[in-house]
Amino acid sequence: MRLKLLMALIAGGMAFSASALAHEPSYTAMMANTCNGCHGTDGVSAGPNMPNLGGVPANYMVEQMKLFKSGERPSSVMGRLAKGYSEGDFTAMAKYFAAMKYVGAKQPVDDAKAARGKVVHEERCEKCHEKGGSVGADEGILAGQWLEYLQISMNEFRSGKRPMPKKMAAKIEGEGKLSDADVEALVHFYASQH
Amino acid sequence: MSMNRRSFIKLLGASAGVGLAGAPMFSVANEIMPKKGRRVVVLGGGYGGAIAAKYIRMADPSIEVVLVTENKEYISGPLSTLVIAGFRDLKDNTITYEKLEANHGIKMVYAHAESVDAAAKVLVTNQGTIAYDRLVLSPGIDFRFEEIEGYDPKTTPDVIPHGWLPGAQTLLLKKQIESMKQGGVVVLTVPPTPYRCPPGPYERTSLFAYYLKQHNPTAKVIVWDANEKIASKGPLFMKGWTKHYGFDAKDSSKGMVSYHSNSKITKIDVKGMEVDNGVESIKADMINIIPPQKAGLIAFKAGVVGEDKKWCPVDPVTFESKLAPGIHVIGDSSSAAPMPKSGYSANSQAKCCATNVVQLMNGKPLIPPSFVNVCYSFITNKEAISVAAVYKEAGGKIAEVPNSGGVSPDLSEMDARYAYGWIKNILTEMST
Repeated sequence: MRLKLLMALIAGGMAFSASALAHEPSYTAMMANTCNGCHGTDGVSAGPNMPNLGGVPANYMVEQMKLFKSGERPSSVMGRLAKGYSEGDFTAMAKYFAAMKYVGAKQPVDDAKAARGKVVHEERCEKCHEKGGSVGADEGILAGQWLEYLQISMNEFRSGKRPMPKKMAAKIEGEGKLSDADVEALVHFYASQH
Repeated sequence: MSMNRRSFIKLLGASAGVGLAGAPMFSVANEIMPKKGRRVVVLGGGYGGAIAAKYIRMADPSIEVVLVTENKEYISGPLSTLVIAGFRDLKDNTITYEKLEANHGIKMVYAHAESVDAAAKVLVTNQGTIAYDRLVLSPGIDFRFEEIEGYDPKTTPDVIPHGWLPGAQTLLLKKQIESMKQGGVVVLTVPPTPYRCPPGPYERTSLFAYYLKQHNPTAKVIVWDANEKIASKGPLFMKGWTKHYGFDAKDSSKGMVSYHSNSKITKIDVKGMEVDNGVESIKADMINIIPPQKAGLIAFKAGVVGEDKKWCPVDPVTFESKLAPGIHVIGDSSSAAPMPKSGYSANSQAKCCATNVVQLMNGKPLIPPSFVNVCYSFITNKEAISVAAVYKEAGGKIAEVPNSGGVSPDLSEMDARYAYGWIKNILTEMST
């Protein structure tokens, strides 16, 4: 009984200090904290059209920030905000968020669509978006992102507003081009993977 | 823990001594939670205060944080005008603090702050006193009602709402616009800058027009602006009014919105429903006076309001008052220009203040600030506009990072969608 209590205290204390360590004041944390108003504390988003940042690989985030800054990736406020930071700032913030835990969005999805999306994913996407889109140093994390965010992203890609990597374009627009229903199914699959 | 005879006698002696000393007996007797370790007291549970309390605990859980706020529910100002126009429920703008308290070990005290004893480092509330090592004030705004002749602070808002403190005032404006006679005239008055939410009065103009266009299409919204031009996103608001509400900047008789700059309300006849700007007066069927503003009352009592007798001068790195060491002021009450008095500014300032309060308490070097502001305004139920900015400190002042930020290129449905994502995230950040 006493031992159990002691163990619990130690475990609790460790969790406590680990979280305090992650939030230790630094200029990087100072910059990264400003993102949390829209992307959630520790980059865990509650807003259905804003992506999770916590636990997302740094490479991908730096690349996206550069694309926002140059205007190649369409956005509302992100392009304007990205202009306020250097590439060094992007790297620092990206590493900060990458070290956080990824927490997928718990959200309702259409099970039939998600099942169909799983098939589409395995046929066309798994090679780059490995493990159901849950990892990807350069590709980012798709699994457990918000459905509305995924839908907006795919609309931007497919309408040509956001440039698609060649390999992605080949899988989506190439031979046996994906239908609207296929894409909708695909995003339901990723949204279901939290 | 049991108390032995000796410590009991000691305690008696101590309280007798305090009693003999006079005044302190009152505060000791009424102390809510005696301070044991290091403690920060945060006053105000809004966009600034809730975040300051949370981020202090996140950065250093060895510091006790007491968050003092008046009500168990907090209602957001941002997006509250959507409630008036009928496409948002006030409950979606409302948060409570249970999760914030449980997740971060913040001690909540629901009380009305009455004064601050800066020398003794004690906050006095109607529930008793609370001692602190550092105090963070995030009290929002109060009004300079006295600048409008005929305005009774107690009774006028029940007839002529300001709707600048959301809640009952929001619902009263909703009721008034819904029951206004067909073809009626609404007058909305904009206070001189700086005031809370610079684009807010123009969003309200837009959404009054949005409601009236559907339900009372011959009605008119007359805007009297104390400023020489629209205080924020001006060209975009005018574009939106032109696109949706027949606005014509050259002919105010056309369309639903009639805008007048350099028109500061000086007098109100509440019974006669008539406003006066010193040059002309108009009778209206509904009046929404957004009064001139100043820092929350407690800032005056704490002695942190500057020479302008309106706002609180602060250090841009720590947000510590330039007038009272140990007291920090964030959000609308602080002088943090060029940052606007917005919810996102308060959120961002709170994080910077929390970080450097922790550094100060731990005797560590201060960390340079980095701030962001993001603000969306609705033009209709489907279209919105936005402004974004990044700020740093330069030469002892807050400054916008050059060649960054700015307003949206146009009205868009995407900005309206993102506004909903914005409010969901920022209210979640404050309440969990």
